[in-house]
Amino acid sequence: MMILQVEGIGKVFGGLQALSDVTFDLPKGQILGLIGPNGAGKTTLFNVINGVYPPNGGRVVFNGEDVTNSKTYHMAHRGLARTHQIVRPLNELSVRENVVVGACFGREGHGLGPAGEIADEVLEFVGLAARSDQLAESLNVGQKKRLEMARALAARPHLLLLDEVLAGLNPSEISGMVEIVHKIRDRDVTIIMIEHVMRAVMNVSDRMIVLDYGQQIAEGTPEEIANDPKVIEAYLGDPKLAERLMRDSDEA
Amino acid sequence: MNGIRKYLGLILALFVVLAMAAWPMIDGKDITREVVFTMLLSVALASSLNILLGYTGYVSFGHVVFFGLGGYVGFYLMAVQDWSLWSAMLAGGLASAVLAFLLGKAILRLRGGYFALATIGINEAVRAFINNFDLFGGPVGMSLNFQVYQNYGGGAREALWMSFYVLIALTLLTVTLSYFVRSSKFGLGLLAIREDEDAAEVMGVIAPNAKTWAYVLSAVFPGILGVLFFFKNGNIEPAPAFRLHLSIEMIVMVMLGGQGTVLGPILGGAGYQRLRGFLLTNPLFKNIQLAVAGVLLLVIVLFVPAGVVGWVRQRFPKLRRVLQ
Repeated sequence: MMILQVEGIGKVFGGLQALSDVTFDLPKGQILGLIGPNGAGKTTLFNVINGVYPPNGGRVVFNGEDVTNSKTYHMAHRGLARTHQIVRPLNELSVRENVVVGACFGREGHGLGPAGEIADEVLEFVGLAARSDQLAESLNVGQKKRLEMARALAARPHLLLLDEVLAGLNPSEISGMVEIVHKIRDRDVTIIMIEHVMRAVMNVSDRMIVLDYGQQIAEGTPEEIANDPKVIEAYLGDPKLAERLMRDSDEA
Repeated sequence: MNGIRKYLGLILALFVVLAMAAWPMIDGKDITREVVFTMLLSVALASSLNILLGYTGYVSFGHVVFFGLGGYVGFYLMAVQDWSLWSAMLAGGLASAVLAFLLGKAILRLRGGYFALATIGINEAVRAFINNFDLFGGPVGMSLNFQVYQNYGGGAREALWMSFYVLIALTLLTVTLSYFVRSSKFGLGLLAIREDEDAAEVMGVIAPNAKTWAYVLSAVFPGILGVLFFFKNGNIEPAPAFRLHLSIEMIVMVMLGGQGTVLGPILGGAGYQRLRGFLLTNPLFKNIQLAVAGVLLLVIVLFVPAGVVGWVRQRFPKLRRVLQ
């Protein structure tokens, strides 16, 4: 059973071809890693999937339903949740209220009471329970990333799009977050994650896709990706990164 | 006991309104009643505007258009069609709600300053239209036959007291509406839009609908209040009905008391009118009272953007349950 089918997606911004002919299927319950150099179109692909931008061509099928050109809020109701690369907390609301918004307006559309219970449970899950009543703006970056995650989870999504949830975190925060991602997968949530922290994404992903200049240049298991000459070439602008990619996958 | 604790914020807000309302009833003077009438009117208008400005984060500079349009529609029905005050108030509120709904669909897609500019344009456009609309008396406006007041308690004085009591009821209703919007799931969606509209949509808030309903709710009571105000006034003309600076004063009231809180616009509305009353009777300030309002707004925006109630809530988190 495919939860997401992306068929020939293209997106143009002015003269820039941000995505061209991106095609992949995502079976339920998998974790798909999405990597590529900066500016490769990863976040743009997320934005097309969850309805921020309409694509210039192609189709997005979610749970068997054609959702190309759907609004973001309709995607949320269908069971798609995401985090943002640059965190977007609702600053003047408390941490708990932020998560209640996710539970109230997400897939299950709870009332305030049940949404509050879900929020408490999810905050416990991501380790923010002690900060429930603080204003969201008072959190540090690592905590804000976890808040993004909590909001998305409170919606009880079928598919979760994680946009660089590890970026800017210190090593201990990274391992905490990776643990959370594993636990989410155990709850039968399908995940696509954009990530630059190679060791983590290689460890976590069942399958990976590599984008470069909007083109899908490789697809396969983490081992296949790490040894793919086209991928290494794409990262050659940054040889150290290519080297690290090789080393990480050897260790994994 | 638990029920009382849950509604403490509402109870306090209603109590403050009732305390103001009780003042002229205790001393029985017409002049006190007039002073408090203006204060309560401000409280109700500011509380209405707060639903859009404070909860949803959209600045409407032309909110007086709903006061004026509602007033005109109701006044026409009373003066020309012989409707009672009650049905005229309903019709006035409905007219404002319909205008807000249609406008909401058209201009709420604009964000920030563009929305604010559009609201000013709409107020001026409606005023220009009414000025040339013969059915509503064009630039001359309309007057009520004095006989009408006999249906409301006998003489003019009784009608004035009755208007005052009706205003108390309307103010209490407005504050209650504001409270229940603030504490509902719908209200949480509005707060999410205020903080980050795009993020709210990603989380599933249907922002275009939520904003439109917030606009409608913020327009209903100004429409009803307009009918009551001009009924008490006895005549209506385009200039006093669509006074742009009343819009700006409404924003000052909301900002002064604390935008986004239930109690803020109550204190802001009452406090601003007390200040204005003082300035108007003071020989030094009487010609520059609007300038004082402008300076006040500047000081609030620069130094206490959360307003009085917001500031207290930040300083004393324990009071948050009570000061909503």
